[in-house]
Amino acid sequence: MKFKIIAGLVLVLSVIIASCGSQEDMEFKRYYLGGEQLYKQRCQNCHGTKGEGLSNLIPPLTDSTFLKTNKKQLACIVNNGLKGALLVVHGKSFVGDMPANDMSPVDIARVLTYVTNSFGNKMGTVTSEDVARDLKDCK
Amino acid sequence: MRKLATLIGVILLYAACKSEDKQATLPIYGNRDTKTITKDGKKVVDTIYQTIPAFKFVNQYGDSITQNSLKGDIYVADFFFTTCPSICPIMHRNMLKVYNEFKNVSDFKIISHSIDPKHDSVPVLKKYADGLGITGNSWWLLQGKKDDTYNLSTSYLVRRPEESAKELFIHDGYFVLIDKQKHIRGSYDGTDEKDVARMIGDIKILRAETNTQIAQ
Repeated sequence: MKFKIIAGLVLVLSVIIASCGSQEDMEFKRYYLGGEQLYKQRCQNCHGTKGEGLSNLIPPLTDSTFLKTNKKQLACIVNNGLKGALLVVHGKSFVGDMPANDMSPVDIARVLTYVTNSFGNKMGTVTSEDVARDLKDCK
Repeated sequence: MRKLATLIGVILLYAACKSEDKQATLPIYGNRDTKTITKDGKKVVDTIYQTIPAFKFVNQYGDSITQNSLKGDIYVADFFFTTCPSICPIMHRNMLKVYNEFKNVSDFKIISHSIDPKHDSVPVLKKYADGLGITGNSWWLLQGKKDDTYNLSTSYLVRRPEESAKELFIHDGYFVLIDKQKHIRGSYDGTDEKDVARMIGDIKILRAETNTQIAQ
């Protein structure tokens, strides 16, 4: 009888601990899955289903080093687009325009969470607070 | 007995499908007309198929391109513009596969008509071609008078492009396959990887076809 109670308690405790531990995972998943949908609607035509870009016209999203180096600029790029900017991605130069996107900070955070954790990238969750902060510093 | 009949029916259906597969000619699309001609002293009715009319444009190298530049070639045509944010990148990502498959084939070409000639000047088209990574003369990016391009689009049985309120262009994403007699032999969704793969297969069928008239 005692054993059953202890076993039950252990079970309940482990469930609680596990769910606490996955709180961050849950947040990540929410951002990531939302971002996947938005990526399909707004980014995929140009950047491709695998983030492969298009030759030397549209940069790929697979350069983790680029994404890490420009982490604080990513929200600005998504929000404002680019005009005649020179980007060096995977050692190749890209010059061109990217259209601006009329999206809320939370949606930008979703897209960035998806992009920076897909196509071989692994940079963790980008929250809407991160995006709101970064958007204030757009050049 | 009934079961046997069903079985036979199924086998016959299957056989019918099989023989359909082997039929290695592509249909001819478009309007058709008839004409009575005199052949060997006898009057016979001949079918006139729709063809792509004459045109004159300029390619990314600044060369003048007319229907004569495509004489003896099978080609694929599409309509795009270099600043297109929607379907064009998908179309040309797919078209690159076609280009890479046939770039060393002398009697095959790709022509992409810009529907925004005001922006897509020859240097802009050249820059786009360089960015795309295409060289040589197997894929031409063409521009010319806007009305000429828009009028020609209807001959390819695609939707006539339109300028929308946002100063963008609405257009079809079709790849249209044209044979050496300038007949339309296929139309494929350029944004669909599978349909483009089907087109690559059809181009091979068309190239295998002899130059003799197809009885139909």
